[in-house]
Amino acid sequence: MRPVAVAAFAQTTHTGHDSGLSEPELILPVIRAVREQSGLTEFGFTCSGSCDYLAGAPFSFVSALDALGAWPPIQESHVEMDAAFALYEAWVRLQHGDVDSALVYGFGKSSMGDLREIMTLQLDPYYLAPLGLDQLSYAGLQRSAVRGDFPAIARRSWESAQTNPYALKLPEPVETAPITDGAAAIVLVAGDLLQERTNLAHITGIAHRIDPHYPGMRDLTRSASAAAAATAAGVGKGPVDVAELHVQFAHEEIVLAEALGLPAGTLINPSGGPLAANPVMATGLIRIGEAASRVMDGTAARAVAHATSGPCLQHNLVAVLSRES
Amino acid sequence: MPSEPNHVLEFPGGYTRSTGPVIGRFLTELRAGRIVGVRTAARTVLVPPLEYDPATGEPTLPDFVEVGPAGTVHEWTWVEEPRKNHPLDRPFAWALIRLDGADTSLVHAVDAPVKAMRTGLRVWPRWRPDRVGSITDLECFVPEVTTIVANVRTEYTVTPGAALARYLDALRRDVFLAGRCPACESVYVPYRLSCPQCGSVIEEELEVGPSGTVTTFAINNLPDPRAPQVPFVSAYILLDGADTPIIALLSEIPAAQVAEGMRVRAVFEGGTVKWFAPEREA
Repeated sequence: MRPVAVAAFAQTTHTGHDSGLSEPELILPVIRAVREQSGLTEFGFTCSGSCDYLAGAPFSFVSALDALGAWPPIQESHVEMDAAFALYEAWVRLQHGDVDSALVYGFGKSSMGDLREIMTLQLDPYYLAPLGLDQLSYAGLQRSAVRGDFPAIARRSWESAQTNPYALKLPEPVETAPITDGAAAIVLVAGDLLQERTNLAHITGIAHRIDPHYPGMRDLTRSASAAAAATAAGVGKGPVDVAELHVQFAHEEIVLAEALGLPAGTLINPSGGPLAANPVMATGLIRIGEAASRVMDGTAARAVAHATSGPCLQHNLVAVLSRES
Repeated sequence: MPSEPNHVLEFPGGYTRSTGPVIGRFLTELRAGRIVGVRTAARTVLVPPLEYDPATGEPTLPDFVEVGPAGTVHEWTWVEEPRKNHPLDRPFAWALIRLDGADTSLVHAVDAPVKAMRTGLRVWPRWRPDRVGSITDLECFVPEVTTIVANVRTEYTVTPGAALARYLDALRRDVFLAGRCPACESVYVPYRLSCPQCGSVIEEELEVGPSGTVTTFAINNLPDPRAPQVPFVSAYILLDGADTPIIALLSEIPAAQVAEGMRVRAVFEGGTVKWFAPEREA
């Protein structure tokens, strides 16, 4: 595989309410920040992750391009998913070898609608969506299958978030990720751009796998797809100092820690994780950014990032970030 | 969404989606009041049916089998405040239900009290009468019938009997009427026609009370139609001159201060005993 590394990461100071900024206005500062950090103003490829249902407007992601200044025309793509999956597309694009940089960003304003019911719209339209099965309900079904100390996970996440200036200032620990508005961006580099830089978080492995959509066709106590993605990304090939996991419900951490085979000493979600800030469609990308930041600032030699999509951890992406290429 | 919406996204009429042969068969069977699964090459039965086996990706067989209609609850989660899109408008459970004969679980609602919900609960479908070929043709699932309520009500005209009628008549004059056994000399109140110990006929009438002594008592915390205020005290009271206690309400004193041996006196009202109260020092 062609070596690829994270060269820059930025996120908004997330809010639990509509701060009055439009989506392009939300993205603008993080795009500017990663341009400054990376020293790059143009990118070989650009890919974003967002969900039109959050804004309630078709092709709302197109207007977000206003934040980039996409003229003359750029090579650009979009996924109707968390931007972690846009990062995967950018990583694949960089494997082609003809471009050496990629800009990835994700954004979401959950404050505008009813997120719990908007999440019903991602379910299959024959068997699940007509029931009105909402996000809290299907998460509750998985929670009932999992055993563990959920309040302890909530408390540790809340305490970790006290030192994260971008997280929400929640009055008390929560087991359900809070409604959040926010955005994040990452710059990936490859080829010659790798040689010019020293402060990088190398992506030594990245993979995503998917389980059957229907929760009744899975063992909800486990995540076979997260385990398969972790194996493919090579999580077990070395120590894991830090893991940033896309935990929107406390019980998911127990399922994921086991699936990823995280060693006992791994620091999980030192940022506070999504239980401290969950800007939907940027949350997974932020996991990669937070893990990369720990590698880049030297607090971790090797870190794991995880992002998820679909009901009850259906679709899982795992990336390994390392000081060494 | 902090306020009333000022923007609505809606596709008028909705999307028209093809079901394909497998989902279409399932929905057609639902409309007819049956639940079917589909068999995989590994002979497992998928409910609801899919066109492929999620374990292998291979196409499922053209082999539909009727399952249920009963099933067993596996995982479940309680909804205290239903949303407007939920199948029921009162608190209910979402459950993963393993229908009899199926190897996978169906996601649906269970209409049962939260106290009845448990893993292993047996449930049956409640069908909509106006079925259209939708997963919501199953309104929900409900527990098996394990109990019935048997109502009893019959009507009577009762009389107190000769002795009790004389006793009640005396009460109307604020008097406790007793009877003394000629053989064993026991004094019974209420007045009665024969001695329950030796069987002798009682002819001697005498008045006892209205003061007496508490022999034992109970503090009651469940309201009674005759004593709606709780806690209330019911006491055995041995009226002065009697050998058998009567049971009566004890009031005009906090329940915690009632004691055995306490001297009490009847409070009459409306031709009967309202209750007993602590005897005032003369």
